[in-house]
Amino acid sequence: MMPASPLSSAIVFHAGAVPITRPVVTTWAIMAVLTAGCALLTRRLTPTPGRCQMALELLVTGIETQIEDVTRKSGRALLPLLGTLFIYLICANLSGLLPAVQAPTGKIETPAALALIVFFAVHYFGVRAQGVGGYLASFAQPKLIMLPLNIVSEVTRTFSLMVRLFGNVMSGEFLIGLVLALAGLFVPIPLMALEVLVGVVQAYIFSVLATVFIGAAAGSIEQA
Amino acid sequence: MDPKTISIIGAALAVSIGSIGPALGEGRSVAAAMDAIARQPEAAGTISRTLFVGLAMIETMAIYCLVIALLLLFANPYA
Repeated sequence: MMPASPLSSAIVFHAGAVPITRPVVTTWAIMAVLTAGCALLTRRLTPTPGRCQMALELLVTGIETQIEDVTRKSGRALLPLLGTLFIYLICANLSGLLPAVQAPTGKIETPAALALIVFFAVHYFGVRAQGVGGYLASFAQPKLIMLPLNIVSEVTRTFSLMVRLFGNVMSGEFLIGLVLALAGLFVPIPLMALEVLVGVVQAYIFSVLATVFIGAAAGSIEQA
Repeated sequence: MDPKTISIIGAALAVSIGSIGPALGEGRSVAAAMDAIARQPEAAGTISRTLFVGLAMIETMAIYCLVIALLLLFANPYA
C-alpha cells in the first residue's frame, strides 16, 4: 500500500479557478488565531504589566535580543518580520500535533513561500542599508571572481532553507504515520514528543538563518 | 528489474549512504562544541547558537538525500 505523496497536497475547495489546498486553509486558521490573540492581548497595554502582557513582552524582547546578538545592531527594523516569522513557524510546526490538523510546513508550498519572503527581504534590507550600487557591489566581494558564486549562493541558500524546513517537518509526520500503521495506536507518542522538539528547533533555525542572511546583506556581519 | 523496483532500491540507498556523512559531521561538531563549552562555560550561549545553525547546515545534506528518495518514490518521471 502506498501512502499519500508528501509532495502533493489535498485540495479543499476552488475559489474561482484557483484551487485552495489544505495547508493554505490551516495557515489561514493560524493567522486568524494569532491575529485575534495579539489584538486581544495588546488591546489594553499598561505601564505596569499584568501576567499576559508580561509574557508577551518577554517573548518580544527575547526575540529582539536574539536579533541584536546575531546582527550586532538594533533589532527594531527586523523585529516585525523575523518575530512574526518565528511565532508563525512555532505555531505552524506544532499545529501538526493537534488532532485532524496537518502542519502546513510539512507540505512543500508553505516553506517555499516563507523562503521566498526571506529571499526578497534579504534584497530589500540590503538595498535599504547600502543603497542599490553598494548592495550590488557587495556581490563582487571579496574578489570579482566570486561574483557567480555569490549569485548562485543566493538561490541555493533559499532553496536549502525551504528544503530543510519541509524535510524535517514532513519526515517527522511521515515517520509517525508509518509507525502508527505498523505498530498501533499509542506507540508513536515518544515520536510525537520528539516532533515538538524538532518543530521548535526548526522554527528557531529558520529564523536565525533568516536573521543571518538579512544581517549579512545589510552589511553588519560577515557574509554567511 | 522494472524501473519501480530499481527506484525503490535507489531511494533506500540514497538515504542510507547519504546519511553517513552528515551523521559523522554532526557528531564531530557537537563534540567540538561540548569541548568549547567545557573550556569556556560563559560563552555557552553563543556557542550553542552557532552550533544549531551549523548543525542545520550539515543536516541539510541528509535532507537533500531524503528529498531525492521521496522524488524517486512519489514523483518518479521514469516509473
